[in-house]
Amino acid sequence: MINVVWLFLIVVGVGVAMINSIISGDLEPLKEITASAFNMSKTSIEIAIGLIGLMMLWLGLMKLAEESGLISILAKMLKPIMTRLFPDVPADHPAMGAMIMNIAANMLGLGNAATPLGLKAMMELQKLNKNQESATNAMATFLALNASSVTIIPSTVIGIRVATGSADPARVIGTILFATTCSTIVAITLAKLLGRMKRYKVDSSPQTEQQNR
Amino acid sequence: MFLNIIEGISAFAIPLVLLFIPLYAYYKKIKVYEVFVEGAKEGFNVAVKIMPFLVAILVSVGIFRASGALNYITTMLAPITRFIGMPPETIPMAFMMPLSGSGAIGVMTDLLTTYGPDSFIGLVTSSMMGSTETTFYILALYFGSVGIKNGRHTLPAALAGNVAGILGAVLISNLVFR
Repeated sequence: MINVVWLFLIVVGVGVAMINSIISGDLEPLKEITASAFNMSKTSIEIAIGLIGLMMLWLGLMKLAEESGLISILAKMLKPIMTRLFPDVPADHPAMGAMIMNIAANMLGLGNAATPLGLKAMMELQKLNKNQESATNAMATFLALNASSVTIIPSTVIGIRVATGSADPARVIGTILFATTCSTIVAITLAKLLGRMKRYKVDSSPQTEQQNR
Repeated sequence: MFLNIIEGISAFAIPLVLLFIPLYAYYKKIKVYEVFVEGAKEGFNVAVKIMPFLVAILVSVGIFRASGALNYITTMLAPITRFIGMPPETIPMAFMMPLSGSGAIGVMTDLLTTYGPDSFIGLVTSSMMGSTETTFYILALYFGSVGIKNGRHTLPAALAGNVAGILGAVLISNLVFR
C-alpha cells in the first residue's frame, strides 16, 4: 500500500502543478514543487540529526532502567493489558517496557520523549522478528496505536486556540477525547483483524519478496 | 483546574524520570555513568538509518502539499462532506493531518484565524487535530529505524483509525456545538 500512496502523492503533486502552470501560463507552480522537494530532503536530514542527541539521552536512560530491573517491574504491572494487545511478545520482554514508556509519554503529550522511546521499542520488537524486512503483528498494533494519538491533554491544539484568541481554549477537550477514542479503537481493531488476512501474510521466503516488486 | 493538574503532571514527569531512573539504578549497584554511555552509543546508528525513509516520505508529501492539489480534492468532496455535517473548509485539514504535522498546524492556524477559534468550523478543526498523529511520518520513522520495508497491514489500519478520528470529531461536534 505504501508504494501506491507514495507514487500517488508524487504523481498528483507534479500533475496538478503542470496543469496549473499550463493553464495559467505561469511557471510559478512548477518552481514551487521543485523548491519544496529540495527543501524537504534537507529538512529530513535535519530532523534525523536533531534526533541523535535525544535518542542518546533516552537510550542511555533506558539502558539504566533495563539493567536495574525497572523495565520488567513496569512490564509486570501492566501485564494484563499488554499481553492482550501484544500476544506475540513475551510478558517480561524489554519491548513491553519500552512500549509502556512510549505510550505513557504520548498520553502526557511529551513528544520529545515519546519518539525516542518508541524507536527503542521498535529495536526491541525487531529482535523478536523472524523476517527482518517485514513488520510483525506487534509492530503493526504498536504503530497503529501511535498513529491514532492517545494524548490526554492536547497541548498543541490548546496552544493554537489560545494564540488565535479563543474565549474558551479548553472547550474541545471532551470532543477530542471522544474523537481520539474512536480513532484508537478502530486502529487497534483493524490492526488485529487485518493481520490475519492472507494478503498481509508475512513473507517467509526471499522469493515472495521479489514478486512484490 | 483539570487543565492545571494535567499540565503540572506533564511538567514534573520528565525531571522525575531523569532523577528516578539513575537513582534506582545506583541503588541496584549499577555503574550508572558507564551503563548510560553504553546505552547511548546506539543513538547515532538510529538517526543514520532513518534518513532515506524520511527523505522518501517527506519529499513526496512536500510535492503534494506545494502543488495545491488539496484545493481540487476539497472542491470534489465538498458535496459529500456537507451531507455528513462536515464543513468543506475542514477538508484540507483532514487530508493534511496524516501527511504532515507542520502542514496540519499551518492549516489549523489559518482556519482558526479566518473563521474564529470559537466558530463551528474552528471547533471541528480543533477536535479533529487532537485525534490524529502524523501517520506517514511515524511509520517512516519507526519502520525506518529498524530497516523494515514491508509494513504489511500497518498503514491501512492506521489510516482507518485516522478516518474514524475525523468522522468521530465531526459527529461529536455536530452533537455538542451545533
